[in-house]
Amino acid sequence: MSNQLNVLDHIMVPDHKIMSEEEVSQLFSSYSITSEQLPKMYHDDPAVKVIGAKIGDVIRIIRTSHTAGRAESYRLVIKRPKK
Amino acid sequence: MLPEYEERIDCAELPVKTKEQLKNYLTGKDISAENFDSILARVLTEYQNTRIEACEAVGVIAAQSIGEPGTQMTMRTFHYAGVAEINVTLGLPRLIEIMDARKEPSTPTMTIYLKTEYSGDRDLAREVSWQIEAAPLHEFGDITIDMENMQIVVHLNVAVCEKRKIPVSDIVEIAPRKIRERRHYRDFEHETGESDATIIFVPKNRESYQNLFQLAEHVRNVIVQGIDDIERVVVRKESGEYILYTEGSNLKDVFEVEGVDTTRTRTNNISEISQVLGIEAARNAIIYEALSTLSEQGILVDVRHIMLVADMMCMEGEVKQIGRHGIAGEKESVLSRAAFEVTVNHLLDAAVANEVDELNGVTENVIVGQPIQLGTGDVKLIAKPLN
Repeated sequence: MSNQLNVLDHIMVPDHKIMSEEEVSQLFSSYSITSEQLPKMYHDDPAVKVIGAKIGDVIRIIRTSHTAGRAESYRLVIKRPKK
Repeated sequence: MLPEYEERIDCAELPVKTKEQLKNYLTGKDISAENFDSILARVLTEYQNTRIEACEAVGVIAAQSIGEPGTQMTMRTFHYAGVAEINVTLGLPRLIEIMDARKEPSTPTMTIYLKTEYSGDRDLAREVSWQIEAAPLHEFGDITIDMENMQIVVHLNVAVCEKRKIPVSDIVEIAPRKIRERRHYRDFEHETGESDATIIFVPKNRESYQNLFQLAEHVRNVIVQGIDDIERVVVRKESGEYILYTEGSNLKDVFEVEGVDTTRTRTNNISEISQVLGIEAARNAIIYEALSTLSEQGILVDVRHIMLVADMMCMEGEVKQIGRHGIAGEKESVLSRAAFEVTVNHLLDAAVANEVDELNGVTENVIVGQPIQLGTGDVKLIAKPLN
């Protein structure tokens, strides 16, 4: 294939980064939440595959926001439920 | 502006955009330390004041803010309009399509950007468009039905093939294979003459004219070049570069075409974006599509409302519709679900499953006639006994 597609290069895809365990526990304590309360993303999401995250990882997403300029969001990687 | 000020702005608890606006405003101005202090303090309090309160019912506000302009839209618009000779659904029907998270929009279109080597040159852009536009076999030569010998003879026009940059040998190989694979028609045999650029198709049943004509129909329309889903491609020059607009959409296959800029090319099919680029891209696509649909009609809705809707739709890792098969249908509370659509079914199912409603939400409490946990209902008075 001539054009090797890297999903993260696309303008619509924000930066995805796997968070370390430390960062995750800090995140949970600062918002006093559990991992269940985070938004989810599936393990076979193209962006997850590119960064090589596994089920249970928390991903930090750095979006360019219309309102704030730059916004961080977090998603928990889960297994895609069977239909 | 002093570098010290800049540093202090950077350290302040403000969004990046506000910081930049403040910096832009202050550059070139001579400000005393005292004035700067009060400016920064004022900006900070203003920012705090504009933030939404915790427990504010943002969902209701978003629903109002999108719903009310939506009613204006129904009355005013012609819901169909052309951009570069390509028709796209606009206005309310399109907005409903986005919110319903349809698998396929009624008018899928793509905007294909080209790499810099291709985007400046009309001929190169045209060549890329041939790789994308689905072209049936009849465009490449003459197809004759030979009734006497019960066969179909295709004479390829070599000049056309050369112009379209597809070797004759490719067409000869692709055409019969695609009729079998894509059109699921297998009752024929074929003979190829690569040297004189002909293909001869012979139906298995040589007695029936009906079969012969049926086969001819398949031969005529089999797609030998381009991507099957993309029916039409229009090349347009916009702000100095050639852009391809398409009717029909197939993001995955288009990304594999040589010359396509895979960082900017987009489609209006949101479910396709979520499959190819991921859920975050789908969120961005929902915001972009909804906002451009609304602003196209001259309706200004604050992005915050649309961002909230997009966030809700993309919460669980796949795009879910707003409605009874998505967000509204998966609410915790029975009463809340019953209040939306198909009331009886929800109540019946809940009764069968022995569900309990904790009355935590707004809708449930309105139904049972209790104060809701918002606004004045959120305040509880506690009497302090006078000693």
